[in-house]
Amino acid sequence: MATTSSTHTVPLLERRLLFVTGKGGVGKSTVAASLALLAANRGKRVLVCDVDAKGDLADFFETAPLSFHEREVLPHLFGMSMDTEESLKQYLSLQMHVPFVTRLGPIAKMFEFVAVAGPGVKEIVTIGKFCWEVKEHHYDLVVVDASPTGHIVGQLASPQAINELVQVGIVRNQTQWMLDILGDPAQTGVVVVATPEEMPVSETIDLSHRLREETNVDLAAVVVNRVLPELFGRAEEELFHQLADEPEPLAEALGGDPVPLLDAAELAIRLRRTRTEHLERLREGIDASIPLLYVPYLFVKAHGLRATHKVSEALSEELGY
Amino acid sequence: LTARQKAAAEGRPSRLDALITSKEIVISCGSGGVGKTSISAALGAMTALRHGGKVLVVTVDPAKRLAAALGIEGFGNQARRVPNEAFTAVGVKPRGELWAAMLDTKQSWDDLVRRHAPTPRRADEILSNRLYTNITGRFVQSHEYIAMERLYELHSSGQYDLIVVDTPPTRNAIDFLEAPSRMADFFSSRFLKILAAPSRSRVLGLATRPFTNVADRILGNQFLGDIAEFFQLFESMAPGFVARARAVEHVLHDRRTTFLVVSTLEANPVHEAEFFLQSLDQMGFHLGAVVLNKVLPTWLLADEPARLADRLREDRATIAAAVATRLGAGERLTERVLGEVADAFTNYQLVAKREAEQQAQLAATPEVLVSVPAFDSDIHDLRGLLRIGEALFS
Repeated sequence: MATTSSTHTVPLLERRLLFVTGKGGVGKSTVAASLALLAANRGKRVLVCDVDAKGDLADFFETAPLSFHEREVLPHLFGMSMDTEESLKQYLSLQMHVPFVTRLGPIAKMFEFVAVAGPGVKEIVTIGKFCWEVKEHHYDLVVVDASPTGHIVGQLASPQAINELVQVGIVRNQTQWMLDILGDPAQTGVVVVATPEEMPVSETIDLSHRLREETNVDLAAVVVNRVLPELFGRAEEELFHQLADEPEPLAEALGGDPVPLLDAAELAIRLRRTRTEHLERLREGIDASIPLLYVPYLFVKAHGLRATHKVSEALSEELGY
Repeated sequence: LTARQKAAAEGRPSRLDALITSKEIVISCGSGGVGKTSISAALGAMTALRHGGKVLVVTVDPAKRLAAALGIEGFGNQARRVPNEAFTAVGVKPRGELWAAMLDTKQSWDDLVRRHAPTPRRADEILSNRLYTNITGRFVQSHEYIAMERLYELHSSGQYDLIVVDTPPTRNAIDFLEAPSRMADFFSSRFLKILAAPSRSRVLGLATRPFTNVADRILGNQFLGDIAEFFQLFESMAPGFVARARAVEHVLHDRRTTFLVVSTLEANPVHEAEFFLQSLDQMGFHLGAVVLNKVLPTWLLADEPARLADRLREDRATIAAAVATRLGAGERLTERVLGEVADAFTNYQLVAKREAEQQAQLAATPEVLVSVPAFDSDIHDLRGLLRIGEALFS
């Protein structure tokens, strides 16, 4: 099932900035955490960032809630969460040398207000922070647990939007270097997470088109999460149906009622079949050069860091490490 | 006493179909991917079938095939009646009418502006302002607010006996509950006045100088001017907006309105559902029912088959040899099949047990708890919706 990235130019973890997105509920944070862990285990210095201040990325490392100030959560792996107000402060003092940052407090509320209204203001403060970490070479790789599919395009397109809307001022001058980083596939890529279900697949296909049409950011890979195992090949399935139609021999050999077991296998086959249709639709719907990375459904008791390790192992295999 | 028995003792309905009869608005909420849209549509279809009256399902982002099944694909805000033939085609005769509408955020905002602008000319000015689209698209919870606003509009039209609304997916489930009051606060806020002020009031201009200084340096004078102009336009709609947002809030709290919390039995959605239940309670909203969707069958929980699965795995070779002869199949092939069968049961029992654990957690609060089984194919037609509906009303 493995698809290597041979046709795609830049290996996923060799990039510098990855935005991991996906429809709600597909395991976006799990994949972001796992990619970061995998890169860190391979010796890279990694920053993983939760773009949602109220997000739960920290749970995937079983660590205390993350804050805007990054901290090492595992060896070589640093975690933070986005806070637009803090980011604006940092942005103003580092990028624009605005002297009265201390006086920002009273007007921070006002900023929130304009940030709401000004197209792309909040987004650019967010995106700007990640681009800046890349530009300053603080980390080998920055993995962003980004906004869901519905909002990611607006966020990634914000430097361009600002560039068009704001004719003068410091912000405009600041957008060009961000655009350079975001638009360079050797540095930046989007990873879309999907499950083999109807809506996640449809959203992934839509997003792949929108990324191309509305942003200059490269789609680096699609991670298909919770892929159910294929139980049987054709000959095996035929025999299985024979067993199900005629369960007595098995009942005798087993010394008990095999029907619940056969029913469970039947359930597994049917669940897998529906999902296979969506997988095929996904493969047909996105450009053939985009690697699909498959992560199996976890039938083990795994949550928190253990699940992150498991998914990271699966991704490692899919990436050919 | 179970929650259900307690509810019965207190004279509260313990079934969803009983609850529906006394309600005019049902709002279904829950985290993304749990099947809110299907549940809402199923509830609407079933109510139209069994109870009669005019039932409207408002969905935010339906799957294409479901939208097509409901006949609303590409119709924006316009409500469309699901033809009776759709019901008769699956062998049932509805007592009432099923209507469906999609929520078109942009269209709804435009309508709102037209309604509240003091003059048609002012409305045109706002609608043609280049920041307008951007702002309405990104307004704090604009999507959430407009969903509630649209609900109010439909409800006050008095055309429908029941309206079922499928809420937009949000990271933070309570956003849309707070949206009306936030919208009212926004429009009565002095910030709005200040933002709209610089170009016309010297005093306010001075007061906001630190802000405008920073903003000028960052954003450039012209951009700020654009924003100010926009807010001046918008401010003229403030009185209408505030009154409206308060009215929307009132309807949400009305006892004819109830909430469904929809969740699957995976850890994250359950976590969000719990949070949602808490929020509804704190904010004084009426919880109608908790709907557990895509639940695995309970027979997977039994101990005896688990024991047999273990035996099958261990004695696979012996059992396969015996079975293969009887069925006239190859031994190796049989062994592989039996191995997979044993694993399938063990795997799905683990998932079912996880689900049972999650369900026990959720069962503590709600008056009505409904389980909808995991169907083996996607629901994208009326037949499928009615299957879900049967489970909802059972």
